[in-house]
Amino acid sequence: MSGLGRNATPDVNAGPVPGAGAASLAVDVRGVSRVFAGRKGASVTALDDVSLTVAPGEFVSLIGPSGCGKSTLLRLIADLDTPTTGEIRVFGKPARQARIDQDYGIAFQQAGLLPWRTVTGNIELPLELHGAGRAARRARAAELIELVGLSEFAGHYPDQLSGGMQQRVAIARSLAESPSLLLMDEPFGALDEMTRERMQNELVRICGETSAAVVFVTHSIPEAVFLSNRVVVLEPRPGRIRDVLRVGLGNPGERGETLREDEEFFRAVSQVRELLHGEAPAGARGAATQ
Amino acid sequence: MSQASVRPGGAGAAGQAPTGPVRTVLAPILLGLAVVLLWQGAVTLLAIKPFILPGPLAIADQFGANLQNVADGMLATGRNALVGLLIGTVLGVLLAVLAALVRLLDEMAAPIVAAIAVVPIVALAPVLYTMYGAGAETARQFVAALAVFVPVYFNTLKGLRQVRPVHRDLMRSYAATSWQATRTVTLPTALPFVFTGLRIASSLAVISALIAEYFGGPVGGLGKSITSSASSSNYGLAWAYVLGGVLLGLLFYSAALIVEKLVSRRSGG
Repeated sequence: MSGLGRNATPDVNAGPVPGAGAASLAVDVRGVSRVFAGRKGASVTALDDVSLTVAPGEFVSLIGPSGCGKSTLLRLIADLDTPTTGEIRVFGKPARQARIDQDYGIAFQQAGLLPWRTVTGNIELPLELHGAGRAARRARAAELIELVGLSEFAGHYPDQLSGGMQQRVAIARSLAESPSLLLMDEPFGALDEMTRERMQNELVRICGETSAAVVFVTHSIPEAVFLSNRVVVLEPRPGRIRDVLRVGLGNPGERGETLREDEEFFRAVSQVRELLHGEAPAGARGAATQ
Repeated sequence: MSQASVRPGGAGAAGQAPTGPVRTVLAPILLGLAVVLLWQGAVTLLAIKPFILPGPLAIADQFGANLQNVADGMLATGRNALVGLLIGTVLGVLLAVLAALVRLLDEMAAPIVAAIAVVPIVALAPVLYTMYGAGAETARQFVAALAVFVPVYFNTLKGLRQVRPVHRDLMRSYAATSWQATRTVTLPTALPFVFTGLRIASSLAVISALIAEYFGGPVGGLGKSITSSASSSNYGLAWAYVLGGVLLGLLFYSAALIVEKLVSRRSGG
């Protein structure tokens, strides 16, 4: 069980920027709960007293069964939703201010492209909304299309692209304003296994090139291990962090296809699996077996 | 009848590529010819009286002989229909946008619009003639506008509600202003629905404007011409004006259909 630490504090990250102070953290989630009001006075606690930090440049995955609140946590960081209690700071600012300042880029499980815009038009959308000039937009879009390998499809409409290509456009769009933080909510969830692995390789490469911090929600254990510096395992009802696993497989950019056959990789995968399914670690509530 | 015959594409166009276009164009023409021949044959052989049903040749004869009158009638009725279509569409879209923005307004308007939808709108014509005077076209345009308003309003309102949650999240994540979100997502999403409403409304506008003429008002339109020809036992001429009405309806419908196709193609639908 080496490398495991409950609710790891920033100084155990040993991420790309070790020992970062609180103000320079990419994401700082402190004691956050989110309670949804149900029908007839019933309420659902999606998240219960969750604390988590992400260092700049660090890749953190959130993994857990359905209903563990991982997507809720991501939406709270993105300020698409507001915590019931607790505080979230992004680059030292309140989440709302960070959203207004456009400190993050976001990608969802659905690509969410605008069907009446071309690939270029979709990637230009955030730049256009924030007042970038036409020439600057064109240049940046072309650069990003190149980055995700879709140069031949710049003028295509989303319905002319495969699911994997649409998702690549969505990722390019999330990178449009060179954010220092990427929030990704199961972006490869709807893709087949082969496309998925290729997309993971590309994401790792892109992260190496942009050195953005990433919070990545996923259902897939190998995906979380392959991509991450740290894997955060959540448990459901109420949503809590069960454990945090540091994956010492090198920084993004140093990871490649061969890593999938690596013994370290398999060991980390089974560690996460044990944490997800196996015996509840000491201190966790007994509701883990399903 | 007129609406079914212009619906394009469909099963035929998707069939085998080489025979496709030939089949979709040729087949309806052949069927139409067969019906006309059968009709003329029945009228001639069974000696059907013209006041029951004149033959297509007699109608075509009258149509050709009174081409100028029919065209004038189409112009008069078409003008009323067009004015009604424009007013009804503008009102329908504007009120739908308001209803989509203000929930309370939507709840207040829903029963009233539903009531308008079930009123036989042309039946209002006699009342409107007394309101606006029998010499003005206003009543007819009003009737057409009211008939147009209902489908445009409902379709636009539906379209404005089609914004996908992922697009809403995206706009929020971009900290887009509500006007930016409306312009970049809500309106383009709603546009195909607006034009579907407009297509339905286009033939309603012609029908309403034409039928409103039956209840009074100035002469010269197709509706008035149909009633006056029929009452002077000129049945062939009455049918020639009916043919004019069919052509006018087709014209409006096709124009709306073309615009709808153009818009939905651009919006990837």
